[in-house]
Amino acid sequence: MTAVSGAIRFILNGEEISLTDIRPETTLLDWLRLEQRLRGSKEGCAEGDCGACTVLVGRLMDDEIIYDSVTACIRFMGSLHGTHVVTIEHLRGENGNLHPVQQAMVDHHGSQCGFCTPGFVISLYGLWMRNPDPSQGAIEKALQGNLCRCTGYAPIIRAGKAMSSYGLPQGDPLLAERIALKDKIKAIHDGRRVELGEDAERIIVPASLDDFAALYEANPEATIVNGSTDVGLWVTKFMRPIGPVIFINHLQELKAIADNASEVRFYAGVSYSEALPVLAENFPDMAELWNRIAGEQIRNMGTLGGNIANGSPIGDTPPPFIVLGARLTLRRGSHRREIKLEDYFVAYGKQDRQPGEFVESVTLPLLPTGEKFAVYKISKRREEDISALCGAFRVFVNDGGTVGMARIAFGGMAATPKRAKAVEAALVGRPWTQETIDAAVAAFAEDYQPISDMRASADYRLLSAQNLLKRFFLETTGHGQRLRREVA
Amino acid sequence: MNKLEPAITLASLHKDVRHDSGPKHVTGTAEYIDDMVEPAGTMHAYLGLSTNAHAEIINIDFSATKAAPGVIGVLTGDDIPGENDVSPSHKHDEPIFASGKVQFWGQPLFAVIAETRDQARRAAHLVKVTYKDLPVSLDVRAAQAAGGALVTEPLKLERGDVAAGMAAAPRRVKGSMAIGGQDHFYLEGQISMAVPGEDEDVTVFASTQHPSEVQLMVAQVLGIRHHAVTVNVRRMGGGFGGKETQSNLFAAVAALAAKKWNRACKLRPDRDDDMTATGKRHDFVVDYDVGYDDTGKIVAVDAVYGARAGFSSDLSGPVTDRALFHAENAYWYPAVRVRSEPLYTNTVSNTAFRGFGGPQGMLAAERWIEDIAYDLGKDPLEIRKANFYGTDTNNVTPYHQTVADNIVHRVVDELETSSDYQARRAAIVKYNAGSPILKKGIALTPVKFGISFTATWYNQAGALVHVYKDGSIHLSHGGTEMGQGLYVKVAQVLADAFGVGLDVIKIMGTSTGKVPNTSATAASSGSDLNGMAAWDAARQIKERLVVHAAQLYQCSEAAVQWVAGGIQAGDKFVPFAELAASAYLNRVQLSAAGFYQVPQIHWDRATGRGHPFYYFAYGAAVSEVTIDTLSGEYTVDRVDILHDVGRSLNPAIDIGQIEGGFIQGMGWLTTEELVWDDKGQLRTKAPSTYKIPLASDVPPVFNVKLAEWSVNKEPTIGRSKAVGEPPLMLAMSVVEALSMAVASVADYTIAPRLDTPVTPERVLMACERLKGGRQ
Repeated sequence: MTAVSGAIRFILNGEEISLTDIRPETTLLDWLRLEQRLRGSKEGCAEGDCGACTVLVGRLMDDEIIYDSVTACIRFMGSLHGTHVVTIEHLRGENGNLHPVQQAMVDHHGSQCGFCTPGFVISLYGLWMRNPDPSQGAIEKALQGNLCRCTGYAPIIRAGKAMSSYGLPQGDPLLAERIALKDKIKAIHDGRRVELGEDAERIIVPASLDDFAALYEANPEATIVNGSTDVGLWVTKFMRPIGPVIFINHLQELKAIADNASEVRFYAGVSYSEALPVLAENFPDMAELWNRIAGEQIRNMGTLGGNIANGSPIGDTPPPFIVLGARLTLRRGSHRREIKLEDYFVAYGKQDRQPGEFVESVTLPLLPTGEKFAVYKISKRREEDISALCGAFRVFVNDGGTVGMARIAFGGMAATPKRAKAVEAALVGRPWTQETIDAAVAAFAEDYQPISDMRASADYRLLSAQNLLKRFFLETTGHGQRLRREVA
Repeated sequence: MNKLEPAITLASLHKDVRHDSGPKHVTGTAEYIDDMVEPAGTMHAYLGLSTNAHAEIINIDFSATKAAPGVIGVLTGDDIPGENDVSPSHKHDEPIFASGKVQFWGQPLFAVIAETRDQARRAAHLVKVTYKDLPVSLDVRAAQAAGGALVTEPLKLERGDVAAGMAAAPRRVKGSMAIGGQDHFYLEGQISMAVPGEDEDVTVFASTQHPSEVQLMVAQVLGIRHHAVTVNVRRMGGGFGGKETQSNLFAAVAALAAKKWNRACKLRPDRDDDMTATGKRHDFVVDYDVGYDDTGKIVAVDAVYGARAGFSSDLSGPVTDRALFHAENAYWYPAVRVRSEPLYTNTVSNTAFRGFGGPQGMLAAERWIEDIAYDLGKDPLEIRKANFYGTDTNNVTPYHQTVADNIVHRVVDELETSSDYQARRAAIVKYNAGSPILKKGIALTPVKFGISFTATWYNQAGALVHVYKDGSIHLSHGGTEMGQGLYVKVAQVLADAFGVGLDVIKIMGTSTGKVPNTSATAASSGSDLNGMAAWDAARQIKERLVVHAAQLYQCSEAAVQWVAGGIQAGDKFVPFAELAASAYLNRVQLSAAGFYQVPQIHWDRATGRGHPFYYFAYGAAVSEVTIDTLSGEYTVDRVDILHDVGRSLNPAIDIGQIEGGFIQGMGWLTTEELVWDDKGQLRTKAPSTYKIPLASDVPPVFNVKLAEWSVNKEPTIGRSKAVGEPPLMLAMSVVEALSMAVASVADYTIAPRLDTPVTPERVLMACERLKGGRQ
C-alpha cells in the first residue's frame, strides 16, 4: 500500500510551502499574485504564449536541480510538488543590488513599458545560468516564448549579449542557496503519494509510474496533467473543471529516453526540450522543426506524450513520427499494448485509447541507411506558431532509381494527423524524378481536403503541401534551397 | 562645488538617460493597476459580451448568473444614472452596455460584479441571451456594396485639376489595395479600478492614454460633474493608441459599480475578451487611379480610402482624415483628389493606433510608386526620388500646407549611400537570376509624417511643478507614460531648466487633479507639448527666484546666473537647495502651473485647407528580405534606418522608439493578421492565433541611426522632433522588398500587388499569380 501525504510541498524562492487546501484548477500565477501577493509576474495572455508570467521551476533530475523557465499562467499548483519556484522577486545581485542580468537590461534600455520585462529577465536569467555568454541565436531561442510590444527586442538582445560582462554564475548569490535547497527538495520526494480533496476537487500526485497506472485505472474519469500546455487552457480560457486530476510531470520514470542500435524510446513525460538533443542526433532534419515548436517555456513544459495523446490534428510530433514508423505503448494498470502511432488517431477528437489507459512511451525506429527523410513546418510566423501545416516525407529509392517505399504524413491537412496514401501510391514503383513528382502532386487532393481557417486557406494548404513534396525531391537530389535565418 | 563649472555638465538634456522606471521594471516592482494594493472589500467586475454581430436582443436571462457563488449584482444599461454612452466623438453612438440591439460580436451587454474576478467571470458566462438576427456587413467591400453607410462625415482633399491631369497623363494605372488592421497587443490589457469617495466623488485608476477623457466619460455615465472624478495613471503596460479611447468603457463600468455598492471595484478582461471587445487599427481598401508620365513623374492622383470603422464613430473621423493627410507620403502630386469613407460595419469600432491612419495612407502611395516603377522597368527608388516634394517649388500638400522643412532628399541620399543600396540591389538581381527557389528583394522607402493633432484644440498642455524647501522638485504634467520614456524626457527638460540633477526631480503619476483638461498622450506629441509646459513652469519659478536672489544677495537681477547646481548671484554661488529654503522663508511662491499651446497651426475641415501640422518628421529605411517561392515563407535579413528626430532630447530613448516602432510596423505588415469568420467573430484574439513579431524576427543586421545633423526649424523643446509614430512607417520597406522578391519570378515586369499583411500565404499566392502572368 502506497503511503499518502496530504500536502503539496515545494520551495517558493527561499520559503518552504505546504499546501493542504488547493483546487485542481488553481494556477501558479494566480496563487502568486492573489495568495502570496507577489505581483512581479504578470498576466499577459493566460495561455502560455506571451511569457510575462515566466518563472523558473527547479526540479530534481539525476541528483541535480534543473531550472526550467515556465509560464506560471498555465502551470497548476498540484504540479509543483518537490520543486523550487523562483520568481522575479527572488532575483538579486550581490549586496542587494540588481542582478547582472537586471543591470544589463537597465543599461541597454531593455525595458520600455516594463510589463513584459520581469518575464524577459527570468528567461535571460535561466539562459545565463547555463550559458552566460550566449550567441544571438541562443538568446533568440531562449526568448522565443517572451513577447515584447515596445522595444522591438533589439535592446534586449544587446543586453543578453552583454550580460556576462556584468557577472558570471559562479558569483551568483543564489547559487549557494540553491545547493542548500537540494536537500530540502530531496526530502520532499519521500516516496509518498500526495492526495488532496475529494471528487471534483481531488488532486493526486502519484508516488511512481506504477502508482499512477493503478490510480488511473481506478479513476478513469480523472484528467491526466503532464506539461499542462493544453489542459492549462481548458482552465484559463474555457473555465472547465479538471478534477479529479492526476499530475504526472514529476515522474522520473516517464522522463526516460532509452535507445539501442535500431530504435529510440521516449517515455511520455519527456519534454520537447529534453527530446531535442536525442532527436537532433538521430534525425538531424528534426532539429529545425523542433526549434520552431512553441516558445522555450512551452518546450520545457510540453511533452511528447501529451502532444500525441491529446490527438490534436495540428500537433507537430505526429507527422514525422508517423512516417518514421513510430509505435505507441499504451498502458492500463499493468497491461500494456503496442500500436502503430498512425492507428492511434481515429477521427477528430477520437483516439484509440481506452478508459484508464494512457500513453506510456513512443518508440521511434531509427532511419535505415540510404533512406531519405525530411520534415517541414509552415506557419504564419516562423517561430512560436502553430503549424498551418506540417509535412513529413520518407522515401527509399532503390539502386535502379525507382521508389521502393514512400511514407508521407501531414498535420493541419485533415481532422487528424494523416498519411498521404494516394501520393505515396503515385510514387512507389516509379522513378524518383521530377516527372514523377509533377504527376504525383495531383494525388494530394485525393488525400486531403483541408479547411480554411485563421492560419491558412485551403488553397494555400494544398498548394504548399504539394510544393513540400517538390522541395523534398529537390533536396534529395542535391538541388534544394532552404530558407535559413543567419544570425551571428 | 566649483562655481565655474558650466551648467551643461549637469544637464541631462540631449543625453542617453535611462528610463526612470528601468530598475523597477527589471525587478518586478514597477506597479501596474492590477499590482496595486486593493482597498478592503474590493469587488471585481467582468463584462458579458455579445455572441452575435448584429441582432435584436430579445431576452437576457440573468437567473443563473445572479445565483452563482460570490455574485454581488449585475449592471446593465438600466443601471446607468447618467448617459449610457462613452462615445469620444460625442455622437452618442457607443453605449457602454448595448440595449435593444447588438452591433458587433463581442459588444458588452452587461457586467457581473462579484467578490472575486474568477467568480465574476464564470458568472458572466452563465447568462443566456436570445437574439433575433439582423443582416450583417462585416468589411469594407460588404459595407460599400450595402450602400456605404458612414459612421461620421467623410473628408475630401483636393488641389489642382484632377480631370485635366488625368486626361493629359501619358500613362495611367488603376488598382486597389487591401491593407489589414492591427491589434495593439499591449502586454498589459485594459484595466481600471475605481474607489468611491464621499458625496459624488470617485477616484479611478485607469490604464489610459487620456485621463481627462476618462474623467469626462465617468462623469457623463454617473451624471456628475468633472470635478467629482479624479483619474490617476502612473504607467501603462503599453498603449500604442489602444488606450486613447478604449479605456473609457472599462473605467466607466468600474466607477459605476463602485458608486452603486460603495465599494472599490476592479475590471480586467481576459486577453481574448480584450481583443474581441476593443477597437484596432483600421483596415482599408484603397481604390486608386494615378496618371503619370514616361519618366515616372506623377501627374494626377484620384483615390478613395474605404475604412472599416466598425459600429461607431470613435476616432474613425480623424483616423481616416489622417490617412488622407498622408496620401502623398513624401511625394508631390500636381493634381490630387482623395476621399475617405469611414464605413459602418458590424465589427468592433476601430480606433487609434500608432500612426493613426497615416500608415495606411502612405502605404497606398508606395503601392502606386511600385506600379509605376514596374510599368516603366525601373527601380522603384528612382521613381520615389523623381516624385519627392521640392524644397522651394512643388511643395504644397493636398491640404494646401507648404512643406517648409523638407529634408527627405538628404535623408534618403545618406541612407542610400550608408546602406550600400545600389551595389546590394545589383547583387540581389544577380543572385535571383541564379537562384531557383529562394529569391531576394531590397527596397528603400521614405517617411514624412505630420506632427500635431489635427484636432487643433488638442495642441495644448499643462504642467505643475513644485519646488520644496529642501530643493527637491515634484513634477506633474498632463502626459501619460506608456513606456515611451515621456516621463524621463520631461524630467530631463526640467532638470536642465533648473540646472539640477535628475535625482532632484520626483516624477509623479499623471492625475486629473494635478493638471486639468489634458489632451490624450497621442499623435507623438507627448514630449513636444508636456516638455514645453514643464519648461514654462520652471521659467516662472526661476523668474521669481531671480528676483528673490537679487534682493537677498543685493545684486542686480542680471547678475543672477543659473549655473550647475544652483545660481551665481554676483560672486556668490548659492546651491539650489539653499536658494529654495531662503525663498520659502521670504515667502516666494515655489510652485507654478506651466502651459503651452502649439503656435501657427490651423485647419478648416470644411474646405480641406489649412496648416494642420506644426512640422514634419522624416525618415527612411532599407530592408532586404529572402522569400521561399515554394512556401511563401521569408526572412527579413537586414534593415538600415536613418531617422530624423531633430535634436534628440534623449538619443537612447529615441533609438528605442525607432527600433520598436519599426518592428511593430513590420508585424502589422507581415504576420499580424486579423481574421473574422463569416458570423463576425474575431478568430485571432490571443497570441496563439495573432502573431506579433518575436526576438527571432528582428533582422539579424539592424542598423538604426539618427539624422544627427537635423535640428527642428521650429522652436520646439530643445529643437527636438516627435518620435512616437513616424518610425512605424519605416516598415513599409519590408513590404516593398518582399514585392521585389516576388516580382523576380516574372523578371520584374509585373507589379505584385501584395495586400497586407504580407503573410507567407500572400507571398506564395502572388508568386503563383505572377508566374501565370497576372498581378
